[in-house]
Amino acid sequence: MSIFINKDTKVIVQGITGSVGLFHTQQMLEYGTKIVGGVTPGKGGTEVEGLPVFNTVEEAVKATGATASVIYVPPAFAADSIIEAVDAELDLAICITEGIPVLDMVNVKRYMQGKKTRLVGPNCPGVITPEECKIGIMPGYIHKKGHVGVVSRSGTLTYEAVHQLTQRGIGQSTAVGIGGDPVNGTDFIDVLKAFNEDEDTYAVIMIGEIGGTAEEEAAEWVKANMTKPVVGFIGGQTAPPGKRMGHAGAIISGGKGTAAEKIKTMQECGIKVAETPSVMGETLVSVLEEKGLLESCTTHKANV
Amino acid sequence: MNIHEYQGKEVLRKYGVAVPNGKVAYSVEEAVEAAKELGSAVTVVKAQIHAGGRGKAGGVKVAKNLDEVRTYADEILGKVLVTHQTGPEGKEVKRLLIEEGCDIKKEYYIGLVLDRATSSVVMMGSEEGGTEIEEVAEKTPEKIFKEVIDPAIGLQAFQARRLAFNINIPKELVNKAAKFMLGLYKAFVEKDCSIAEINPLVVTGDGNVMALDAKLNFDSNALYRQKDILAYRDLEEEDQKEIEASKYDLSYISLDGNIGCMVNGAGLAMATMDIIKHYNGDPANFLDVGGGATAEKVTEAFKIILSDKNVKGIFVNIFGGIMKCDVIANGVVEATKQVGLNLPLVVRLEGTNVDLGKKILNESGLNITSADSMADGAEKIVSLVK
Repeated sequence: MSIFINKDTKVIVQGITGSVGLFHTQQMLEYGTKIVGGVTPGKGGTEVEGLPVFNTVEEAVKATGATASVIYVPPAFAADSIIEAVDAELDLAICITEGIPVLDMVNVKRYMQGKKTRLVGPNCPGVITPEECKIGIMPGYIHKKGHVGVVSRSGTLTYEAVHQLTQRGIGQSTAVGIGGDPVNGTDFIDVLKAFNEDEDTYAVIMIGEIGGTAEEEAAEWVKANMTKPVVGFIGGQTAPPGKRMGHAGAIISGGKGTAAEKIKTMQECGIKVAETPSVMGETLVSVLEEKGLLESCTTHKANV
Repeated sequence: MNIHEYQGKEVLRKYGVAVPNGKVAYSVEEAVEAAKELGSAVTVVKAQIHAGGRGKAGGVKVAKNLDEVRTYADEILGKVLVTHQTGPEGKEVKRLLIEEGCDIKKEYYIGLVLDRATSSVVMMGSEEGGTEIEEVAEKTPEKIFKEVIDPAIGLQAFQARRLAFNINIPKELVNKAAKFMLGLYKAFVEKDCSIAEINPLVVTGDGNVMALDAKLNFDSNALYRQKDILAYRDLEEEDQKEIEASKYDLSYISLDGNIGCMVNGAGLAMATMDIIKHYNGDPANFLDVGGGATAEKVTEAFKIILSDKNVKGIFVNIFGGIMKCDVIANGVVEATKQVGLNLPLVVRLEGTNVDLGKKILNESGLNITSADSMADGAEKIVSLVK
């Protein structure tokens, strides 16, 4: 088991004929993801990598039975693409695009109220269920199938965490990048809830960063509801206030969103927080040991 | 992106938001000329820099006649203002706003920001104008009122009125205040603002409601569709290295330390700064080369890091996903050849094509210290710059 996606998930690619979309389509196919088609307005009827291209998401869904979409559309058009995926009633839309104007996302979120689609992202690496399905831009080979769920606001920091786990012989159930934008589709709590209900996930690693209060809210949720151990890390402990650290959402403003505040709340809620980014894996292992879960979470031979 | 107060007021005026009459001046003569044209009894001379706290730093003066305008303009132009937002080095004043004075009865606060919790724009108001809203929020949170705005229908008149009543705007002026707020919201959404702060909003003796100050900040992701706002950009107010970086689509932020950092991904870049600090080092910058970096981009990133004279060593921390380690390695080698590197360089490579990347670095004959992990790399660079 896993969350959100598995080996049977049928995926279409919005923006499949663009250079980024095409490259990652090849990568995803190579990983074994069931890509069933693509969408580029005006290129309907053509083929890419042996896959049919459609003019609209609606057509693509009708013809292929896809339930998920991944969006590699440039920022100026990405909000429209998300709305199109929602309109086509897909279960899942994963938006990789970075740099969407925030007011566009405010409108998207409003439109999505009461709709069935789950949006992951934007500005995220995507979602991967190791050895089954990879939707996004993450390097597939660092992942191993297993029982630790990963959820993160940052792409490369997720790779770092996954790599540390894999090296220690700990496989992952699913890794979800929720993205670095201030307005996004799926938040920490949505993912934690899903991991809590997933019988194949035994523990979770949650990676946050400065800006906003999503980590604090997630920590409170964990304290009240989570039956599985959670460890965490917060990036940007040394970031100065008022400076936007790359991600549109990573900014300390009005004294809110500091790493210190997040770490404090997480610890108070029973989440063990890794002191540095290089001990995320180690911290998880120590908690697994404490809870007697290390053996069941060890899926392969360690490499350290 | 930030703009100057006078530019912000120009934007607001177009949306029917009341602001005092005023003119920008780049010289003392222009300042006096502007004051003459305004012809008001009292004239305010205001320093235009991209930072708050100007009043306390001596950047805002009230002149009672043209001679005083001349004196104050002469005093403020060219002055380096140090405020809580400029950093210790301060900012030199190169532009003035010459504005008609007004008879202030009371000061209020109105601000629009994105509220992450509701994924909506929120209008905040307080009758504690003039002070910083963070301070009000901390000491008297009950004095801040909020209206969450539904993007589908925008700010409604009743919400604006409710906010105006809540912050105790005199009731005969509530409709004027509501019109002000509706105009401000329209400007916010149509111009892709990320912050619009009016502090203070004033009620005047002659029964007006207007913005005495205006701080507008814009979503840099939306500037492609806001050409008129982009034209307001004042490069002299920005860090030269940050401007250079933005040309190559690199995300760079200057910091105070001496260890230059080059990392891929914003999260990892922040975490790299953290781990350097953990080993008692000081990062000189935040630099995210992005996911699709080419050898050329890496070279430019190196040049920018080295243009910072405080840098005593460089730490490259790459987790190659889509970005391949050999590309980074080639970029590093190319850059060191081009710019001639005399500083210690620690490189940690992990991910796609890591072996090839390491091989390129090893065979380059350059003096590069390689690291096996983030922690190892951070420890090494910190000890090398000591």
